[in-house]
Amino acid sequence: MPGNPREVWVTGIGLVSSLGEGIEAHAALLSPAARPAPILNESAYAPYSVHPLAPLDLSKQIPKKSDQRQMEGWQRIGVYAAGLALADAGIAGNAELLDRTGLVVAAGSGERDTAVDCTVLEKLDGREDTGVLAKEVLPSALRPTLFLAQLSNLLAGNISVVHNVTGSSRTFMGEEMAGLAAAENAVRRIAAGQGDLFLVGGSLNAEREDLLLGYELGHNLWRGPFRPVWERHEAGGGFVPGSVGAFLVLEARGHAEARGARPYAKVTGVVSDRCNRTHGEAAELGLRLFATLCSGLSDGPLPVLSGASGVAPVTQQELDFLRALDSGGFDPIIRAYGSLVGHGVEAHLATGMALAALTISRQNFLPPLDDSGVERPFEGDPGRVLVTSFGHWRGEGLALIEAVAEGGTR
Amino acid sequence: MRDSKGRPVVVVTGTGVVTSLGLGKAENWAKLTSGCSGIRRISRFPTDGLRTTIAGTVDFLDVTPFSAPALTMAMAAAAAEEALAEAEIGEKGAFPGPLFLATPPAELEWPQRRLLWEAHAGGELTGYKRLLAAARESRHADLQEKFQFASVAEHLACRFGTRGLPVSVSTACASGATAIQLGVEAIRRGETNAALCIGTDSSVQLEALIRFSLLSALSTRNDPPEAASRPFSKDRDGFVMAEGAGALVLESYERARARGAQILGVVKGCGEKADDYHRTRSRPDGTAIIGAIRNAIEDAGIAPHEIDYINAHGTSTPENDKMEYLSLKAVLGDHLEKTPISSNKSMIGHTLSAAGAIEAVFSLLTIRTGVVPPTINYRNPDPAIPLDVVPNEARRATVRTVLSNSFGFGGQNASLILAAL
Repeated sequence: MPGNPREVWVTGIGLVSSLGEGIEAHAALLSPAARPAPILNESAYAPYSVHPLAPLDLSKQIPKKSDQRQMEGWQRIGVYAAGLALADAGIAGNAELLDRTGLVVAAGSGERDTAVDCTVLEKLDGREDTGVLAKEVLPSALRPTLFLAQLSNLLAGNISVVHNVTGSSRTFMGEEMAGLAAAENAVRRIAAGQGDLFLVGGSLNAEREDLLLGYELGHNLWRGPFRPVWERHEAGGGFVPGSVGAFLVLEARGHAEARGARPYAKVTGVVSDRCNRTHGEAAELGLRLFATLCSGLSDGPLPVLSGASGVAPVTQQELDFLRALDSGGFDPIIRAYGSLVGHGVEAHLATGMALAALTISRQNFLPPLDDSGVERPFEGDPGRVLVTSFGHWRGEGLALIEAVAEGGTR
Repeated sequence: MRDSKGRPVVVVTGTGVVTSLGLGKAENWAKLTSGCSGIRRISRFPTDGLRTTIAGTVDFLDVTPFSAPALTMAMAAAAAEEALAEAEIGEKGAFPGPLFLATPPAELEWPQRRLLWEAHAGGELTGYKRLLAAARESRHADLQEKFQFASVAEHLACRFGTRGLPVSVSTACASGATAIQLGVEAIRRGETNAALCIGTDSSVQLEALIRFSLLSALSTRNDPPEAASRPFSKDRDGFVMAEGAGALVLESYERARARGAQILGVVKGCGEKADDYHRTRSRPDGTAIIGAIRNAIEDAGIAPHEIDYINAHGTSTPENDKMEYLSLKAVLGDHLEKTPISSNKSMIGHTLSAAGAIEAVFSLLTIRTGVVPPTINYRNPDPAIPLDVVPNEARRATVRTVLSNSFGFGGQNASLILAAL
């Protein structure tokens, strides 16, 4: 593409999780003196734990009850967080800006009506005529609106309807790779001048048995009493899903300056790739991606928000990669933010990027989130944060978030 | 070579297609230009009692054991093989660029759910607790590898050796066009000289059929099946679900020329616009559809009167076909009357996530062969939609520039401008 890449600023953050709603609920973690503890529901889905969403007053971001009724949980969480991000960036309600805001969403499956599924399965029990019975049961059991809750692209559709974001709309899928593809897409379009203003993110409703089933088929879930991410490896590994909605407003620097929007931080870049993980390839791939992304970075302490899920063996491979950074003079200060808010799958990278931008703007990093010894104390202004995304099954990627060099950081 | 905006020109050097009409371009094009329909009675599952019993299924590929993602993969792979063979690009299993895949959302279906239910028999557990126990007790790696959202793209990336993160995208019925747009943008940014763009969809499953039926979106004119899809006719009553895949090898013009590749056409412009009116209906004034078409024309750097043919979204629903006409009229004005427009969906049905890619392949064949495929089943024109729909029989015409439309549930609209070099 002709011309130098344009700087990508984070000018809005919308975050809801088990810890609460909005910037301040999450900024409260950002101090060496903070003692954040995960919020968990360990009983409802035993032997699985989940991080439940903090209670929300949905009407603050989704005023129409009819809109709320047309969505299921994951969509309501996402639409709510998207609204927070738009308001934070000063875009909400600005028709001229919303008309050219590009929407980039990372999404998985919508929600099933698990009660209907169970009714059908019980009626089918022991019967051979699956097809006929399913037809007898399904047409009366399925609700038309639920279909729209199940389509991956309907989180984006609902954000357009509720918040009037209409510039463009793309939904990426593929578990954690969806988050990488979405962030990478928006950042590259801004850098290359293919767009100025983007709303990027995703959401996960962890409190769903149908979601748990999808991941437990591959034995990806952590079972039993809660442990932080780095302490699951020797017991077989696994992730603890966390309900989360995370959206960022990403904006070309010139566009933000022209409208007087102040940045939290800039996204220097997002890089990604895939590999087979049979012989520890993810660690080597991490180093190659780091060399691409961070070639101009000065050495020394490097705060890392690791998106590690806790699933074996990739969590250990990611740790091998991070520990190998010291041979290049970097001193990685690691925090697996999944230990605190749970694993957000498609929304996990956006959550990490939001926390990174927040730590940079507040000039304070998170305290260690466990006693594993992996996470060492750090005091001071992070200035830059490496966010990692090594998917529980596939896909490796990194994002580098840095302080804006001069002027008005918020 | 740069386009009017100083960007690398993006050309197509290989295409492949699978639809209910058959495997490959030769069979598809022969049938499409002779007005054959691929719509038939569904034999995959019993349909007694259902309001809709027909679809454009792909039943001729060997997919054992059968599942929707397995068919999605098989069709995508077949289309990609054809496109790669035509493009003669890269070593076998080492495509020199990324994969952009339009694919339907992944979801366990009733056979799998039932298998799990029966795997944990005799206990006290009920409902999803029983399914979860079955999942816990034995590893179902085969299910996990097929029913993750990344599964189809991962499989294709390994098979064809594409570079980087395999990208899966969904903009509902616009997905196939969006996959092409992603490839065009990556080449224009200079990130790659080639991209493999595929749209694939195997959604003719019992529950999906019932869901679309509950939205009153499907034609219920089951008899005869081939007469059900009648885009732009007054008596159109809904779309016909269908399966298929389309694949395109995109390259920068420079790289294609440098390696002496055959150039099949140019992707001149891509446009998109999201609707904020309703989850399944477009804004009555057509703002978003008009926006997508205008953006594509603007991106291509052409004037509306340069469009020689329109490959319509043309789903055969009362709503779509009316809105598509009104929006085209708003953008093309009087030029619309002189512009032939036809809907491939009259013959192959609505291939959903794959439609944009399949219809781009057919648009390029129109440009290269000078034959415009017809809109079949056009016996009862809708006076509110005065269009030259190329009724019932193919027509010879010199076509250099095609507008191809794709509009999706969720208000996600995309249009492409495809042209001769």
